[in-house]
Amino acid sequence: MENSSLNISIKNVTKKYDEFYALKDISLDITSGEFMTLLGPSGSGKTTLLMVLAGFTNPDYGSVKFGEEEVILKPPHLRGIGMVFQNYALFPHMTVEQNVGYPQKLRGVSKAETSRTVDQALETVKLGGLGHRRVDELSGGQRQRVALARAIVFKPKILLMDEPLSALDKKLREEMQIELRQLHDTLNMTTVYVTHDQKEALTMSDRITVINGGELMQLGTPNEIYEHPENGFIADFIGESTLLPVQVKNSKATIGKTEINVAQPLDKDGNFSLVVRPEKVFLAPSKKKKDENYFNGTLLDSIFQGESQLLVIELESAGGEAQELRVRIPNQSVTDKALPAIGEKVTIALKVADSYVVS
Amino acid sequence: MSLTTNNINQNELRKLAAREGYTFFGLTVPYLIMVTALIAIPVGWLFYLSFIGRDGTFSFENYERMWKSKAYIKIFITTFKISILTTIICAAIGYPLAYFMSQLSRKWANICMIGVLIPFWTSLLVRTYAWLVLLQKKGLLNNIAIDMGLISEPIKFVHNTTGTLIGMVHIMLPFLILPLYANMRAIDKDCMKAASSLGATPSRAFWTVFLPLSLPGLLAGLLIVFVLCLGFYVTPAILGGGKVIMAAMKISSNIELYFSWGAASALGVVLLVVTGIILFIASKLVSIDQLGSR
Repeated sequence: MENSSLNISIKNVTKKYDEFYALKDISLDITSGEFMTLLGPSGSGKTTLLMVLAGFTNPDYGSVKFGEEEVILKPPHLRGIGMVFQNYALFPHMTVEQNVGYPQKLRGVSKAETSRTVDQALETVKLGGLGHRRVDELSGGQRQRVALARAIVFKPKILLMDEPLSALDKKLREEMQIELRQLHDTLNMTTVYVTHDQKEALTMSDRITVINGGELMQLGTPNEIYEHPENGFIADFIGESTLLPVQVKNSKATIGKTEINVAQPLDKDGNFSLVVRPEKVFLAPSKKKKDENYFNGTLLDSIFQGESQLLVIELESAGGEAQELRVRIPNQSVTDKALPAIGEKVTIALKVADSYVVS
Repeated sequence: MSLTTNNINQNELRKLAAREGYTFFGLTVPYLIMVTALIAIPVGWLFYLSFIGRDGTFSFENYERMWKSKAYIKIFITTFKISILTTIICAAIGYPLAYFMSQLSRKWANICMIGVLIPFWTSLLVRTYAWLVLLQKKGLLNNIAIDMGLISEPIKFVHNTTGTLIGMVHIMLPFLILPLYANMRAIDKDCMKAASSLGATPSRAFWTVFLPLSLPGLLAGLLIVFVLCLGFYVTPAILGGGKVIMAAMKISSNIELYFSWGAASALGVVLLVVTGIILFIASKLVSIDQLGSR
């Protein structure tokens, strides 16, 4: 089988607008065939980085290599990438077929071959038989698929996607996430995917690059990023979490006056934060165990959310500000035992193995 | 839920809807009165007059004269020639300018737009006479060219087709640029990026994506310019110096010199019908709501 993808090597890419860094010394290696997500809040620079890869934005300096080839000076039309835009950017004056066939026409592919590859691409994105439709007759989801078909019809080795699902409703978006991922696994193109939706990033990616303020914050698999965020920003941005202030002194961590045990070695003194995710904490059993940390508080609110019950608990203040903590109790069965009533005192537990502090 | 036989409040709600309908219709009344008084009645009167002969009875003589008299045929040819040339030159100058403006940031585009609009807001007469001052035999342009030794004899810029065209293009240009620019602004910039990422060179992307998408605006602009040119009076009258006679000028002379309302009306009716036909054909090419600004 021919090699259908290329690795991407980004080095020291920097882009400055006046005094503002859109990208600050970004270096990043994306392996061949990988699904890499650039994740960050809006204005973080993730789209700028994608535009640098596509060739629409030139950085002040830095290098971008596709395989062994330096492409930073190449105009977009010579980079041979497939790209899917946020608002699809379909050509409104062309039919679905003409849109998908456009890159083939540019490449001088014969009519018969174009028609075959267009049908194949439309089949791949499950739009077989819709080739003669006009673009404005399609739904948002279908347009997205056309844009995708157009980007893959010429079998590019690299596929770039700029928040392609953000305009779709939640249900369709979640379906498309799985589908895009499966499509990537079939086609095996190196894919760079930009999103601000952390859940989407976790669902789809091989690895995630978290970008904020033009800087690379963390690079890792979804699991690594979720379970071991490198700092408070990432812990807060990825998934739901409450950060409890922790003081570390002589390798001992305390919240207020209570000592807690944590999963990682503590070799530095100072102020840290304990990452508490709602699904990792639970109502403490009556018998306390050694491998769990406990927090006392009062139940402020209890919200039924279908698949789970969300408890909002105000922790007993340990000096300082009152802290709210969220606990998600899965709705496993109608026979689940009754939950505490609002206003009751509760004790919640977090396993030491799940107790992770960040700076 | 079962359907109740007793539809609660149905009649009252219908009345409410009807009342809202009347209220909105009421908003169109001033316009309808104006259109009736200022357009429907005069045009009807014009139509009637065109069928009244010299002796005051019903006759086709006003129309017969038009295709029998060489002078009239020449006027129609001149009118169409000047209109077509003006339209083509406007497109040749206006399209690149509108394209340039559409690629600028809003701020700079607005500054350019002011440059387009200031002449547009200046009196037609002022601009026409300004051209006369610049272009006449001892005008600014000829004087400078002679002083610089570029020419020995003054070039005849005005009182001919050239002068008429220069003036008309200048006056018509905004009518082409405004709808075209609005159309170009509305083109999704990502479409050009998409074309480029799919492998299109900049010029290929322009011809295959941008140009087709800007056609509705271009057609609207061409149409407005052409239709306005057909009935144009002031500029050809002044810059043509009586040597370039267009339909509107003939209408005027029929009334002012020959007091022939019948002949003038017939010419007016023909102009109206021709414009109507052009609009009809254009509406088949572009949906009519795109002829306004889009």
